[in-house]
Amino acid sequence: MAQVEVKTQEYWRWPEYRRTVSDKDWRGAGIITAGVDIGSVGSKATVLVDGELYAYSVMRTGGVSEDTAIKVTTWALEGTGIEIGRLNYVVGTGYGRVNVPFAKKTITEIACHARGAHYIYGPTVRTVLDIGGQDCKAIRCDEKGKVLSFLMNDKCAAGTGRGLEVFADLISVPIADLGKVSLSVDEEPPPVSNTCVIFAKAEALALLRQGWPKERVAAAYHAAMADRIVDLLTRVGIEKDFVITGGVAKNMGVVQRLERILKIKPLEPKMDPILAGALGAGLFAKALYEKEQGLR
Amino acid sequence: MITAGVDVGAKFAKVVILRDGQVVARAKALVGFDVLKSASEVFETALKESGLSRSEVQKVVATGMGRNAVLQKPPINADEAVSEVVADAAGAHQVVPTVKTVIDVGAEEGRGIKVEGGKVKDFVINERCAAGAGTFVEAMARALEVNVEDMGALSLKSANTIPMNAQCCVFAESEVVSLIHSKISKEDIAKAIHDAIAGRISSMVLRVGVERDVVLIGGVALNPGFKPPLEKELHASIIVPEFPEFVSALGAAVIAANPTR
Repeated sequence: MAQVEVKTQEYWRWPEYRRTVSDKDWRGAGIITAGVDIGSVGSKATVLVDGELYAYSVMRTGGVSEDTAIKVTTWALEGTGIEIGRLNYVVGTGYGRVNVPFAKKTITEIACHARGAHYIYGPTVRTVLDIGGQDCKAIRCDEKGKVLSFLMNDKCAAGTGRGLEVFADLISVPIADLGKVSLSVDEEPPPVSNTCVIFAKAEALALLRQGWPKERVAAAYHAAMADRIVDLLTRVGIEKDFVITGGVAKNMGVVQRLERILKIKPLEPKMDPILAGALGAGLFAKALYEKEQGLR
Repeated sequence: MITAGVDVGAKFAKVVILRDGQVVARAKALVGFDVLKSASEVFETALKESGLSRSEVQKVVATGMGRNAVLQKPPINADEAVSEVVADAAGAHQVVPTVKTVIDVGAEEGRGIKVEGGKVKDFVINERCAAGAGTFVEAMARALEVNVEDMGALSLKSANTIPMNAQCCVFAESEVVSLIHSKISKEDIAKAIHDAIAGRISSMVLRVGVERDVVLIGGVALNPGFKPPLEKELHASIIVPEFPEFVSALGAAVIAANPTR
């Protein structure tokens, strides 16, 4: 009997990865901390040796946050020789932060993102835009990475990574290439008019039926997304230096459009911007440990 | 006098033919890619059912988001177009003359209308977010792997209240999946879904105020699981007329018959 195999690709799926970024010997170190950021879509763990990023991992959040927290941390430590028990202090953050079983403390992702952005980009950062899987935050901070004010959208998928995932699936373009594809148009089309992702998807489908190439549809959605994010940024007030963190910071289609509308160039990240929350948590962990030990 | 109302909605086109204030035909069908073609087919079906020809229909009024597709375009050649809100008010007044508040929940829109004698006093619309419209229940039915027609009956089997945290339709899909994984019964999840949409519709309607009689119309009114949580949220009993999805088309036909209104 003939069998037809239908190959389907999950275009929204992004690759998971881990890295050890330092060749320092942690055995001679004083304080080893970890920051575990359990996001709605992605989970990130950072390991810091004396306040410097040593290793990290990024993976998709599974159905049970506790399991994900253990997995992502174990993976970050893999090959380093550091056991979970050796960690002096662990801070949990993100949507699933209460579900990190070995964390001594949880801190909101707003505080952690600001702190992490300060570490990645330096003390000149005043506005942090974090675009994650299910929310979008615009944060104002001071020269120490302390939060002054923030605004967030966590009610609606429009303007979040989840919306991009829906479109990646719709036009069959892997999520990692979506931004690049959206930039490959000669002329920017009018933005998708519907805010709601469900309606925007129906609108895009109609455009595809009219014969729009997928690059143009991608451009129209990215343009709408950029407009929406600019709205949020304008309300919180944007001040230089401006930086973008979270998974969507890797999408050039969103970043370049924001730059075009705002006429402000975001700083180039010196390390993976998806780590900002987990890095902030790891840095808070170090400070909390020092306080606990009476070291400062 | 013979008139017709054509309601070209986001999902369905509905036609009502009225002869001297009495409905002589009703027809509906899904709106396809070609809006005029789909609406014309429905119109044709209604004419056939009534035994009338197009020339015998003296006036046609169109409403719904696709109303301009049929306005002065053959074969329907609608004479006039009115907004959904105006058609809703006229239609609801025709079926329930004591109506003061109309709640119309369609596939992609939700409306709350304050009426007096069939005339619009005030209204509020949600057309931006799928979470406050029929699309929400459809998307959740897909996530739950249940026929959308069975969702209401399923929800009525549950007496439990499980809060849904997600407001957005896209996020709620993931939430439903995680509720399934945590072994919550389909009945309880269906109830949670109806509670959620009722909550959103009621907070919209409360912005114009609720005064009795309250009439619920639109395709979502056919869902028996929607009325009880909505009544609870609004603290008011709700009348669901027969053929609630045709009320807007009926209103258009009523307006066609009363040009002086």
